[in-house]
Amino acid sequence: MRPTAGAKSLRASRLRLPRVPINDFTINVATVNGSGSASSNTIVAKTIFRMGVPITPKNLFPSNIAGLPTWFLMRVSEKGYQCRSGRHDVTVAMNAATAVDDIADLAPGGVLFIDESIPAAKSIERTDIAVHLVPFAKIAKEYAPDVRLRKLLANMVYVGVLTEMLGFDHDTVMSVVAEQFSGKEKVVKLNQDVVNAGIAHAREHCDASSVEFKIEARNLTQGKMFIEGNTAAAIGCLMGGCTFCGWYPITPSSSLCEDFISLAKKHRIDAGTGKQNFAAVQAEDELASLGLVLGAGWAGARSMTATAGPGISLMAEFAGFGYYAEIPGVVFDVQRVGPSTGMPTRTQQGDLSLCVNLSHGDTGHIVLIPAGPEELYEISAQAFDIAEKYQTPVFVLTDLDMGMNNWMSDRFEYPKGGFDRGKVLTAEQLKKVEDYGRYKDEDGDGIPYRTLPGTHHPKAPYFTRGSGHDEYAGYTEKSPAYIKVIDRIARKIAGSVVDLPKPVIGGDESAEIGIIHYGSTMYAVEEARDILAENGVKTRDMRVRSVPLHDEVVEFVNSCNVVYVAEQNRDGQLADLIRLKTPGSAGKIKKALYYAGMPMAAAPVVDAIMADVKEPAHV
Amino acid sequence: MSDTTNVAGLEKKDYAGLKSTLCIGCGHDQITREIIAAAFESGVDPYNVVKTSGIGCSSKTPAYFIGNGYGINSVHGRMPSIATGANMANKNLITIGVSGDGDTASIGMGQFCHAMRRNTNMVYIVENNGVYGLTKGQFSATSDKGAKKKGGELNDYADIDLCALALELGCGFIARSFSGDMKQMTTLIRAAMNHDGFALIDCISPCVTFNNLKDSTKGFDWLRENNVQLHEVGFVPEYEAEKVEQRAGETVTVPMPHGGFITLTALDDEKHDPTDPAAARRVLERSRLDEGHVFTGLVYYDRESQALDRTLNLADEPLCGMNEDQLRMSEADFGTLVDSFC
Ligand SMILES: Cc1ncc(C[n+]2csc(CCOP(=O)(O)OP(=O)(O)O)c2C)c(N)n1
Ligand code: SF4
Ligand SMILES: [Mg+2]
Repeated sequence: MRPTAGAKSLRASRLRLPRVPINDFTINVATVNGSGSASSNTIVAKTIFRMGVPITPKNLFPSNIAGLPTWFLMRVSEKGYQCRSGRHDVTVAMNAATAVDDIADLAPGGVLFIDESIPAAKSIERTDIAVHLVPFAKIAKEYAPDVRLRKLLANMVYVGVLTEMLGFDHDTVMSVVAEQFSGKEKVVKLNQDVVNAGIAHAREHCDASSVEFKIEARNLTQGKMFIEGNTAAAIGCLMGGCTFCGWYPITPSSSLCEDFISLAKKHRIDAGTGKQNFAAVQAEDELASLGLVLGAGWAGARSMTATAGPGISLMAEFAGFGYYAEIPGVVFDVQRVGPSTGMPTRTQQGDLSLCVNLSHGDTGHIVLIPAGPEELYEISAQAFDIAEKYQTPVFVLTDLDMGMNNWMSDRFEYPKGGFDRGKVLTAEQLKKVEDYGRYKDEDGDGIPYRTLPGTHHPKAPYFTRGSGHDEYAGYTEKSPAYIKVIDRIARKIAGSVVDLPKPVIGGDESAEIGIIHYGSTMYAVEEARDILAENGVKTRDMRVRSVPLHDEVVEFVNSCNVVYVAEQNRDGQLADLIRLKTPGSAGKIKKALYYAGMPMAAAPVVDAIMADVKEPAHV
Repeated sequence: MSDTTNVAGLEKKDYAGLKSTLCIGCGHDQITREIIAAAFESGVDPYNVVKTSGIGCSSKTPAYFIGNGYGINSVHGRMPSIATGANMANKNLITIGVSGDGDTASIGMGQFCHAMRRNTNMVYIVENNGVYGLTKGQFSATSDKGAKKKGGELNDYADIDLCALALELGCGFIARSFSGDMKQMTTLIRAAMNHDGFALIDCISPCVTFNNLKDSTKGFDWLRENNVQLHEVGFVPEYEAEKVEQRAGETVTVPMPHGGFITLTALDDEKHDPTDPAAARRVLERSRLDEGHVFTGLVYYDRESQALDRTLNLADEPLCGMNEDQLRMSEADFGTLVDSFC
């Protein structure tokens, strides 16, 4: 799979915002994975960010360790659009295997920098693009006799060429290079030299006037963070008081746990004893991960795991146990393309219905859906409060695009207020309780009181089980006792809505067309709405941030003539959930879907709506 | 401590649980009594006990002992992960896990192995009857090859020896016993609770309903006749350390790292030294070859064993009790962290 500009397999929208060559274009760097392009890519992205210009990089990598094609798309957008643009304006072609396609995918008026040794470079027929043959490898060779090192350095040559041709600030590039290799003086110097060699080459051999795309310094990124979603979530876990992480490696979730662990190793060490105020266990599989999390949650620790679809599938049995036995825990699902192993390094939002109803029997889990690093940070921390307050597993849904790419974000704020640990009775409090039942609804909110193992009071101990139980946690096969508990749980989860993140409503209040979306689709919708507005189509939007759905969703649907649910899966999983909640309006709910695995662009949303605007939908 | 109270001032009835609902005569009920006796004799604080299990007749039993402990009856074969998580949250609790041969040797094999590999601090008792009791008598992975079921059906597959597997995986406390041997089992459970790490007791526990034929190696008749003790095991807790002195002659005492002793008295010329892995291997091999006998006792004991919480260098205070002051970095440190992404 390659990043076809405009995803040819779908109806690619030709509707775009007018293109401005200054600070508004996309760079595509095509390399081979394992060739060390990560450093050079990061340097370019950071340089542009430090020049005050918003940039969103997207790393399109294969499920492989070395030798397969990789693309790094960097969308520069003064307006701050962060979704995939769907077009490639400047392409650096370093991979012979994909060069033909990479050339074909360049937008008209685009600029190509291609290694002169790539065969395809010799027979480029396109006349609507500017072509620059660059001896990337040859220049690198002068600095490194060693083949492996040469490969790494060839990437730094492209950094130099882009610096010259796109107008990067020289001092900024140099300082970002120094930061990238900080602590290794020699490496810094070598890389800076090679970048300068790239600059010198471009100055001498490439015609700068052929390149209309330029970066001009602004101050639009000042005070902003540039951070991967998984890292943001990990910081949320840390600040949310998570003390236990049980996990099993899987793309694209691994870095969430790895980041949590490395942050905890720094910030969770007892000053006096040097001992750890957290525990992390790499499990034997994801079912065990969730078992570890629930064991820890049951005994009173704030605990979490992170996985992707295949892991969620394995966790099913314990998800039902946690739901029915009422045990807190936080489960991150960093979604990737399914079903089955699917496309492990491509992105999708295909696990919503799976998470909502994970496990057999009647369930209905709380699912939180943050979008953007700031929310990933805040909602991840909040997830622990919700899990403990409602004594249930809470799913936090994110995806590969959010999780593994860097995003621009407002600064994270230090948390206000303490943890909400929910209804936990101490031995002291139990003295005043006359008739304690672990699963009794004392307060009428469906939330029972729990005790933690180790509580020294004769009323405290209870027996936790996934088999039928009554209000006193006793085993039962009696129908009324079973019904009492299972119905109370349904009420408890329904009632949790008051504490879940509310939908965010935006756009033109007078618009009759509504767009509902969630998670990373937000970025595509943001640009799509502007494109539609340019074309005279007014829209408003609602971003759902949790399930069970708030009543606001119903109100929003009622207030629109037609609602498009934009999401990244084949079947329209949120659309179906909304239809169930708004049976009377089901007919006016339409689907704007994209599920091909690339980070979502605006086009699928624009296309779905424009198709109906041209042939008015009967609603 | 009077005749009827223990070192904690509690009576035996303070360790009782609910009435058992298992078949009358089931070996599992004997083990329940042995757990109660061991906890009583060692003066365990019931409120600090966590009882974990999977699914099966055996896994129901945590409801029948130490009613003032905290039970968690999880899902089939996955008790080790629950026990490990709970242990991480509160390392001061004593975890007693009860499982069956189906729960451990089939569906739960992975978790069982990995709990041993990590060395979760817990007692893990397999109530091994060679059948799936609760699902009405199918063969389990610990049934002998050629074993016969009530209806005459034969088992085609070789059995898995859980003790041999544990030895291979580096488990630091490995014992085999028989539910009908109250004295040995009680002693082994007491020693296991005092061990730092995963303590396996593979206890043969006859299913009177589905696997108690006269010649079944998991049946009462055969076991009473052919159970050979490797030694007489004794346990001396720390508070009775002076008793060790009184043991003379043939008795070997093995000190345990957190205080207390295991004592071993040879019963014949073949003196088994459980601290020697090669000897442990020999005993298990002998057990396997000698189809006419089962050897019970402490098979292996590693004094160097270090439980998971120590490997992870967990804080002294249990994680479950920590609050925001302990768990959140300062506002200044947070600012520095955020700055590193700008
Ligand atoms: C996932 C799952 N599969 C199957 C079962 C059905 N089941 C319940 S108990 C059991 C076997 C128990 O055998 P064992 O662990 O030896 O316990 P025993 O009843 O013999 O003590 C099985 C297969 C289940 N509860 N869960
Ligand atoms: S079926 Fe067997 S294992 Fe289950 S309770 Fe009866 S005797 Fe015990
Ligand atoms: Mg069994």
